[in-house]
This record gives sequence, structure tokens and C-alpha cells, in this order.
Amino acid sequence: MYIRCNNLLVGYNGAPVTGKLSFEIKEGDYLCVVGMNGAGKSTLMKTLLSLQEPIGGEISLGEGLKRFEIGYLPQQSDHQKDFPATVWEVVLSGTIGMHRGFFYKKDQKDLAMAKLQELGIAHLKGKSYRSLSGGQQQRVLLARALCATQKILLLDEPVTGLDPRAMQQLYRILDELHQKGITVIMITHDLNAISHATHVLHLDARKPFFGTQDAYYQSKQWKLFQEWEQGEASAC
Amino acid sequence: MLEKIMFYLGFPFVQHALIAGVLIAMCAALLGVILVLKRFSYIGDGLSHVAFGGLAMATVLKLSDHNLLIMPVTIIAAILLLRFGSNGKLHGDAALAIFSVSALAVGYLLMNVFSSSANISGDVCTTLFGSTSILTLTIREVWICIIMSAVTLIMFCLFYHRIFTVTFDENFAQASGVRIRLYQTLIAIMIAIIIVLAMNLVGSLLITALMVFPALSAMQILKSFRGTLIYAACISMVGAGVGILISMVASTPVGATIVIFDLVVFLIHVGIGKVWRA
Repeated sequence: MYIRCNNLLVGYNGAPVTGKLSFEIKEGDYLCVVGMNGAGKSTLMKTLLSLQEPIGGEISLGEGLKRFEIGYLPQQSDHQKDFPATVWEVVLSGTIGMHRGFFYKKDQKDLAMAKLQELGIAHLKGKSYRSLSGGQQQRVLLARALCATQKILLLDEPVTGLDPRAMQQLYRILDELHQKGITVIMITHDLNAISHATHVLHLDARKPFFGTQDAYYQSKQWKLFQEWEQGEASAC
Repeated sequence: MLEKIMFYLGFPFVQHALIAGVLIAMCAALLGVILVLKRFSYIGDGLSHVAFGGLAMATVLKLSDHNLLIMPVTIIAAILLLRFGSNGKLHGDAALAIFSVSALAVGYLLMNVFSSSANISGDVCTTLFGSTSILTLTIREVWICIIMSAVTLIMFCLFYHRIFTVTFDENFAQASGVRIRLYQTLIAIMIAIIIVLAMNLVGSLLITALMVFPALSAMQILKSFRGTLIYAACISMVGAGVGILISMVASTPVGATIVIFDLVVFLIHVGIGKVWRA
């Protein structure tokens, strides 16, 4: 058991944005977290990352998973679009938690290089991050996240803004990482993501759902999610 | 022309102005890179107004060393602004408007009502636009500039990787166990100190230019964070040095000359950046 949440309540300034959540994430799981806007997906993620405290309930970590050992792939923020940084600088910063020292040591550089090669972006090493395509940027951030963890990845809406081809590529990479034994937690809007998952957590203030992918396909929440997504698509 | 410059360089007060000006410009550019990248340029602007208010208060209270009051006031304002900016209750720009406008108003009111000087508008103008105060630095003030620049440089060297991680992606840094509050506070304090020192150089209204122009110029043509920092520091130092010399030779106001020089450099870099990317 990597993460177990028991009656967890998350929110801001003492006000919960979700109902009580109980779920567990085991080694080798691929969990999709879905829910409408404002259902508390990002808040849950921040709580899991210990960026904020839970309002109620508890989170326990197990199997040697330490507090800052989750590889995080955040949503892209505006200010990164013109940030002068090379791919190497970005990926290397993923290893910042490994040592307390001031400068990067050899093992950190080796790890960053290995992750660049693993994701097939070693040739971009000296390139400027802001000049890359959306799909390439996501891969760079994924390499950075992989530098921070051996065990578990947390992705916040990773396919938002990607073109269909880059999206498929990212899902393929995640499948490969999952097969190599990395546990994946992904917050998503994308219906297609569910087909890659082993488990689904559907956030809803009244009726949250947590269970396997099969059970989710049978659930009322899945219907709701489909209707809502189609509504979104037709609204655009 | 050259003879004239060499003649001026012989005076100790010119040497002091150059040393202090170049060093302050370097620090301002380094911190300015962070401000620009984090979209915090407004904090530099707000703090400079707070520093003006502090200076007015110190003048009225007839303190022998103005910095004893201005420093703490500006540092506290810096920490408050960063906190307000990040917790969302009062948005950064609203907090800034309140801070800077009140500080300007209070400062000007104090100077007007309590000042014993015969030339109030001259005093205010000096504080806002710098004019000659860079040429009347005491040895002690020059040493403060030297020490503060050394501290800034050492901090940037030692914490370079953490500064990069926090600047590029706060959430990721925090999720990796970096204590971002500590770095935010540290950066806020450094910015406050540099702004107070820079008031001597360009005056409180023009400080933002000193921080923002070199960073923006460097970002137009460089692709790495390290390169941007180093280059911004270099062009800022050149700008301050050349600006001070031009202002002496041409008898123009120091602060405005430096800022206009930086502006020209910035425009040139925008041009170069456009051509390179095209």
C-alpha cells in the first residue's frame, strides 16, 4: 500500500470542497481522478503532495514511500511560457530533493541524463524549454518528475492543450512507465484516459466513486461523466 | 572627451559613485530576473514607493542615519506583499495599490508639513529621481553597498539551484521538499535591501527600471537561466557605469540617464531577438 486515505476531507481555509474520501493506492496501480470543475481534484492533489494540510481524516503512506518522494507533473503555468531555461536545467531540477548540498552531484546528473534518454529527448538537452512544442514540454516535465521518484507519479491534467498526436504519445509513454512498475495517479478531463487506468476515483460532493476500471464502467458516475464531457464538447 | 572623463575619475566621490552604482546595478539586475520571471515586477515598484515613505519619515524625525528606519519598513512591506500576493485573500496588485499610493501620499505629506528645508520640491524631486545623492555618498555607504553586493552574489551562487527550482515551478519545488517560504522570504528581504540602496542611485521612482530592463533584455536573446542571470548582471553594470559617466560629462540627471541607457539597450535586444527568431 503506497497511499491510504481514510475519510479524507480536503479544502481551503477550513471549508471542505469534497465529501469524505476513502481510497487506497497500491504499487502498480494506475488511478484516474475525474470530476467536474470545482469538485476538488487539484485540492486533493495538493493535499496528497503535502502542499496543504487535510481538513479532516488522514493520509497514511506505506511501503517505504516517503513524504517528498512523489514525482509531480503540474499543470503548465503562464510564466513558464517565456522562462529562459534549458531542458537540462529543468530536468536536473527534478533531483533537487536527493541531497541537501548546494550543488548537483554526479549521481544527480547521471539520473537526469538517464531520464532524458528514457523519454527519448536526450537530443533536446541544450534546447530552450520555451521553444519546444507542447508535447515536448510535457515530456521534459515528465522527465523532471521521474527524477524525483522511483515509485509514484502524480499528473495534473497532463493532456490539456496537447494536440491528439502528442496526447496519444503521452498516454503511450505513461503505459510504458506503468508496465515498468511505476504507479500513476492522473487528474484528467479526458474520457479516453479511463481506458488506460486500473482504478478510478470520481470526485463528487454527494456521491464519490472509487473502484476498479470495470466497476466504474458500470457505475452511474461514468454516465454522468460522459454526459458532462459531451456537453462540454458541444458547448465548444 | 576622454580627458574630461579621466579628470573626473580622479575625484574620490566619482570613484565612490561608480563603485556603488555598478554594484547596486548588478544586484538589482540579479533580483530583477526573479521578479520578472515570477511576474512580481509590481513588488519592486510598490516597495520603492514604500521606501520613499520611509525616507520621508526618517527626514522628518531627523534621524542621523535614514537607513535605520527605511530598511526595516521596506523589509516588512516586502514580506507582507509577498504573503498577500500568494494567499489570494487580497490580490497582489490590489495590495500593491494600497501600499504604494499610501506610502507616497504619507511621505509627501510628512515632507510638506514637517520639513524645515526651504526647498521642499527640490527635496522631493531628489528622493523620487535620485539626482545628485549618488555623488555625495559617504565611505560608510559605499562599504554597505560593497558588503550587500557580496552577500547577494554569495547567496545566488550557493542557492542557485534552489532559486532556479523555486522560480521555475514553486509547486514542484515544494513537492520535492524545498522550503519555498524560506526562499521567498529571503528573496523579499534581499529585494527590499537593494531597493533602499538603489534609491541613492536612481531615486525611488526609477528603481523598477533598474531591476526590470536588464532582465528583459537578457531574456530576449538567451535561452538558459544561468546565462540570463549573468548577462543581465553584466549589461546592468555597464549601463550604470556608462550612465554615471555620461551624466557627468553631459550634466544630465544620473538616474534618468541610466534608465534611458537601459531602455535603449532593451530596445536593441528586442530587435536582435526578433531577427534571431525570424
